[in-house]
Amino acid sequence: MAEIALQNIEKYFGDNYVIRKLNLTIAHKEFVVLLGPSGCGKTTTLRAIAGLETIDTGDIRIDGKAVQDLRASDRDIAFVFQLFALYPHLTAYDNIAFPLRATRESKAEVDTKVRAVARSLRIEHLLNQRPSALSGGDMQRVAIGRALVRRPKAMLMDEPIGALDAALREEMRSELKRLHIENDSTTVYVTHDQVEAMSLADRIAIMNDGVLQQVGTPGEVYQYPTNLFVAQFIGSPVMNILPATVRAGGADGAEVVIGDGDAVFGFPADLPKRLEAKSYDSLVLGVRPEGVIISTTETAGHVPVEAHIIEPLGAYDIVDLKIGEQLLRARTHSGMVERVGETVWARLDAAQTHFFDTKSGDSLNIRLGEENGTRQA
Amino acid sequence: MAHVRLERVTKTYGGVTALRDLTLDIADGEFFVLLGPTGAGKTTTLRLIAGLDKPTSGVVSIDGQDVNDWTAAQRDIALVFQYYSLYPRYTVRQNLEFPLKSKVHSYSQSEIDGRIASAAKTLRIDHLLERKTDKLSGGEMQRVAIGRAIVREPRAFLMDEPLSNLDAKLREALRSELKDLQMKLGATFLFVTHDQIEAMSMGDKVGVLNEGRIAQIGTPYEIYNSPRDVFVASFVGSPAMNLAAGELANGRVSALSGKLDATLAGEAARDTSGYSGPVKLGIRAEDVVVGPDQPVEARVHHVENHGVEQIVTLRVDDHLFKATVPATLRMGIEDSVQCGWSADKIHVFDAQTGVGFAYREAKAA
Repeated sequence: MAEIALQNIEKYFGDNYVIRKLNLTIAHKEFVVLLGPSGCGKTTTLRAIAGLETIDTGDIRIDGKAVQDLRASDRDIAFVFQLFALYPHLTAYDNIAFPLRATRESKAEVDTKVRAVARSLRIEHLLNQRPSALSGGDMQRVAIGRALVRRPKAMLMDEPIGALDAALREEMRSELKRLHIENDSTTVYVTHDQVEAMSLADRIAIMNDGVLQQVGTPGEVYQYPTNLFVAQFIGSPVMNILPATVRAGGADGAEVVIGDGDAVFGFPADLPKRLEAKSYDSLVLGVRPEGVIISTTETAGHVPVEAHIIEPLGAYDIVDLKIGEQLLRARTHSGMVERVGETVWARLDAAQTHFFDTKSGDSLNIRLGEENGTRQA
Repeated sequence: MAHVRLERVTKTYGGVTALRDLTLDIADGEFFVLLGPTGAGKTTTLRLIAGLDKPTSGVVSIDGQDVNDWTAAQRDIALVFQYYSLYPRYTVRQNLEFPLKSKVHSYSQSEIDGRIASAAKTLRIDHLLERKTDKLSGGEMQRVAIGRAIVREPRAFLMDEPLSNLDAKLREALRSELKDLQMKLGATFLFVTHDQIEAMSMGDKVGVLNEGRIAQIGTPYEIYNSPRDVFVASFVGSPAMNLAAGELANGRVSALSGKLDATLAGEAARDTSGYSGPVKLGIRAEDVVVGPDQPVEARVHHVENHGVEQIVTLRVDDHLFKATVPATLRMGIEDSVQCGWSADKIHVFDAQTGVGFAYREAKAA
């Protein structure tokens, strides 16, 4: 069992307030990813859980027991870093066995454990190699093996695959996830890469400037970002963000005006009424590229716009549409818009459109047509 | 403006051959991307065009003129590197002025001011002109570095992985900015990268380089949809194309211990007609279909949520392959699912050489 609870954690580096009243509970067996840009406090949080960093206020509880005053070695937690930190003069076998030296286990017991870990990491054939003979991926597998061999209550990982090339990262992601399921260990994982977070996490905790922004499943943070920061940090290509005003009228009952009238999109009639119930200064509209629906022929309810740039990404294209001085990016099937400069017709899918308060950046939690909204494939 | 051509260029360093018989044609005003893994010879190619190195054999020409004996300065080509190499104690304006104040040129101050103003506006750094460069963010620094190339109004721009030091969000933003810039300037761009997304999204043409040789040159659409060989097939596209060893007999292919069994259709059928024997089969993740009516049973090995869609790794016996499925489909690890392939989306490659059947004849000729 290992449930990790962070309660009202605060941390200063001198005058620098790096963790601000952080509350987060990581359930037993859960895989939680701390995600954010560099300097957001995610690594400091992880190091605080490990005992490598002290905290100024708050409690860190593992299975209900406050551990903030315990030394790192007494917390029964394993740590994997971005840099492999293996002993260069020891073989892969001895590197993995190293943490067991102090446990006074028999040679046979150690051997069984090392081989079991090596099997699950598929590095059995490399056990006699020294680190210098291993590839980057294999070195990181050995480092992970060394962390796993003790069967720690919890695994903490700080960008463990950040230094590997793209293809290897993809492969290691799936291995890490399967390993986690096999080992049942509570895992906290730090990264700045949203793709990694989305593909590994049971829940993602997004941080910015020391403040926890949102905690949710990958689906939740993608579909219901709580503010502009989360909306733009999660997802690639990034969510379109455009200043907007809303008025009643038009064929659909309501209209959303982008900028100073650069484009006017029809929206369901209950939008103005639902906005009335909210308090905000001015509006920012957010819509992901897949929520911008394109037609190459003139279509009722669609607005004519110019295709400015086409990015063919293989399975699909991203087309930048010109709306006044701003760009609206749409995801289309491959080859749909043929030429730059062409006019296409666009509308916004109300079920995939978000509204934020410009000043606070908070989502107004308005989603239209959700009950019968269909997502574009 | 410039039309850049490399003809049968070979470059060796000591005993190592970095480039082998490379022919490359970059049209005037084209955005050409050279794509390949580390060590493929991308940077060597760039240095040969810039005049920082001379080819061991072959000809580099600009606008039809052999420039092998020209110095870098005579070629009048601008280089932008991964590292910004700005003068840290100078302001942005001083950094931009620098290339215009060399002894070779004599520009009037009003000419210099005009060029700087126009470059700064294009790159949206006009508000930063009086700031020291060590006070800039990474993205701003890279814009200044590009600005320093633009003010020279060179005949062509060469860029060596200029985005790789930036974080993912900024890279994405700068991709479309660079493409936009190139379109505005109408200039010839040669952009070097190991990132296939950068290559696909910016290039008018992409040259895929592998071990010092050109594997394929084509539009992004061409190299994605009809890769010349298994190297291009697996290097271009994310996730990489699924590849498996198979057998072809009388227009039917079989692979995955017989679980994949299909009659080829479309181009693949035409290109392979008359051939029987071992082949390598490829299929893109988006052409693998998951649904209750599909013929092959598979286990879910891994699921990656990508927001708009999920990429699932499926397992049939010991074979792993990927499928793109809608985000709404519920998938758990080790779930049993049914999957299939559309026969006209299967790519067939020569089992030995890895060359696609569509390209085999061309090679023999």
